[in-house]
Amino acid sequence: MAIEIAKTRLLMDLKHGRPLVGCRFDPSGRYLFASSEDDTIVRFDLLTREKVALVGHSSWVRGMAFVSKPTLVPAASIPALAVHGGLGAVRMPEPFTLLSGDYHGNLLWWHGTEAAPKPFRTVAAHAGWIRAVAVSPDRSTVATCGNDQLVKLWSAADGRPLATLEGHTSHVYNVAFHPSGTRLVSADLKGNIKDWDLSSGKPVRELDAKVFHKYDSGFWADIGGIRGIAFNSAGTQLACIGITNVSNAFAGVGNPLVVLFDWAEGKPKLLKPKDAFQGTGWGVNFLTDGTIVGAGGGGQGRIWFWNPADAANTHTVTVPTNARDMTLHPDGTALAIAGANGTCLVYSMTQAPAATPKK
Amino acid sequence: MNNCNYACGTADHTVNRRLFLGGAAAGLAGFAGMTTPAAARELKSAQKRMLVIFLSGGVSQLETWDPKPNTDTGGPFRAIPTSVPGIHISELLPEAAKRMHLLTLVRGINTKEDEHGRGATIMLTGRRTEPGLVYPHVGAVAAKLLTDKDAELPGHIQITPRGGGGFNKEDAAFLGPKFASVTLGDGKPPADLLRPAAITTDAEREAFRKKLNDRFAKSRRSAQTEAYTESYEQAAKVVSRADAFDASREDPKAADRYGRHDFGRHMLLARRLLEQGVTFVKVSHTNYDTHHENFDFHIEQLGEFDRPFAMLLDDLKERGLLESTLVVVMSEFGRTPRINDRYGRDHWSKAWSVAMAGCGLKAGAVVGKTNANGTAVTDREVNGGHLFHTYFRALGMDPTKNFYPAGRPVPIADPKAAAIHEILS
Repeated sequence: MAIEIAKTRLLMDLKHGRPLVGCRFDPSGRYLFASSEDDTIVRFDLLTREKVALVGHSSWVRGMAFVSKPTLVPAASIPALAVHGGLGAVRMPEPFTLLSGDYHGNLLWWHGTEAAPKPFRTVAAHAGWIRAVAVSPDRSTVATCGNDQLVKLWSAADGRPLATLEGHTSHVYNVAFHPSGTRLVSADLKGNIKDWDLSSGKPVRELDAKVFHKYDSGFWADIGGIRGIAFNSAGTQLACIGITNVSNAFAGVGNPLVVLFDWAEGKPKLLKPKDAFQGTGWGVNFLTDGTIVGAGGGGQGRIWFWNPADAANTHTVTVPTNARDMTLHPDGTALAIAGANGTCLVYSMTQAPAATPKK
Repeated sequence: MNNCNYACGTADHTVNRRLFLGGAAAGLAGFAGMTTPAAARELKSAQKRMLVIFLSGGVSQLETWDPKPNTDTGGPFRAIPTSVPGIHISELLPEAAKRMHLLTLVRGINTKEDEHGRGATIMLTGRRTEPGLVYPHVGAVAAKLLTDKDAELPGHIQITPRGGGGFNKEDAAFLGPKFASVTLGDGKPPADLLRPAAITTDAEREAFRKKLNDRFAKSRRSAQTEAYTESYEQAAKVVSRADAFDASREDPKAADRYGRHDFGRHMLLARRLLEQGVTFVKVSHTNYDTHHENFDFHIEQLGEFDRPFAMLLDDLKERGLLESTLVVVMSEFGRTPRINDRYGRDHWSKAWSVAMAGCGLKAGAVVGKTNANGTAVTDREVNGGHLFHTYFRALGMDPTKNFYPAGRPVPIADPKAAAIHEILS
């Protein structure tokens, strides 16, 4: 179905009893994994609405990523595709692996499609929080980052450590592989983005996103960090989201912002919400038509859509809770946010199906 | 977010040495009628001191002394074992955990006041704000009761994060400005402490000054002139001890141990001042008012607090000073067990904690208890009054005795409370 961002609508709300921290759709599109302040990851089945708790972490999980076969992305041509409100999901997903990193520094491996997943591998990956997890395009390598100021690479197959990338001087908030698989970016509290050449393990350049960082001299503390990060599928653009213009770090008074980098030249462009919303951007992604979508929150939540050519966003959706994370459905027509109110809200970005006439 | 009653650091609060001396002189007259010589003698002989580390804004008890991991309020951090079996504190305080055998935790505090200014008043005066009567801060009381009359240095000093010094006569209340705090903003010495290079100190010039002063006093002697003379002499003592305020004279290795940052430097200065004979030192560390992203900010702030605090405990212990120095880590209040939608914690005075050490307190002990998720005190509830009594009992004083401002008896500590006897030796 065609994306019509102006038609964005709530498709389903998936309730959990505790505030959520992160969320990710699995590659088949059937499941939505949401991490919670109760240290669990909840797997919502979008077709059956079944809810399964993944128990194994002893702290909050912010980073989640998948290792899967490349053919799982649902498409209209897949005969086993089920459709709910226009959202496609594979009825019988191929087995995939979920990797999740927690705030005690542990990286856990799960068989994501099992009836009651248990962690089958635990790696003490970082000293302190793991803030993000990413998987390389060829599915061979896992990247993690955290408060120990390190970026680490692991074998996706067996969890072996492959490399430690040093150089950040503050907490590393996010990590993402370039679609080419040859480069990795990592982004820290102070808005420094390192571009690593994976063949050498060396940084080849830095991108400046310091607009996200401030040392609040009123409270004597740093606020910042790239809270969400994504490449477009062609690898020509890198989008980062966070908070800027902070006037009071301890009350969260500032504005969400997306910094869009031209990857080849490293030039940034600032994309702002047009409604002067106060809060933090927590997730960003690219739609297939090039639209950039971000989500975040303060007192309540927002989803913003930008045409990359415009500085101000073109459409805004109000969300009834602080959106702490955002994930894009693999069919490209829906997204979900992890709500501070304990609910995952799934939004379709398509025209609602016409009501079936009563017979 | 509630407004914060932090020191504003404006020029209105800043006086130089001359104004400080003027205030001190006024204080001498006011102080004369309120002494309790027997009690003062009792304390002076014991040479007790007190250090308050004030974590401004309200530090989270759940991220410090009373963690509740894996509960609905616990947040993401671990509780770690300490040097005392069975006692766990937050993983954000790994160095303090290794010194738990020196510490005493009070986990059952309920001060019933969630506003910054009034919360600070309770913690610093041991009483709630009352109309018509302002009570002296703990530092002023300690200075009055513990400081030797002939002491060369002020008895009540506070080290604040921001620059700018000052003399804070209001915190001594009816005890008089002599016992008010002198602020060392950013750990810098009092303004005009050092003599300008162009002014000499030759004996002939000093003798001439004294001669003129004596001649004036003979004809116009008064309490005021006496006070000014005494204050000049007190100031001269302070000037002669200017090095006491200079933490850069400490061994650079000590500075490395404490940490090459502002709070490390301030804590090292606190140690120096206590060793030099200052009765009461308060070091403020800011800021903990984390309505937003409480966990990130506590990582940053406690990451700065933990090591200097541990180093100071070690040094006091090694130098034999911990037996006679009361150390208290306090805030205006704690923070809400409930985590808000911005990962923040708000103000919470109903169930929180203070850490203490030294001066004969039972080390490695915990008194008071909160429920499973930290929302309420379930055992040995105490308030600021109990703490105030406990401080002065530990310092060897009877806090049920009175001051007599304007002839009216005012108990040193709130008579509605009593010391936490379980932790007193």
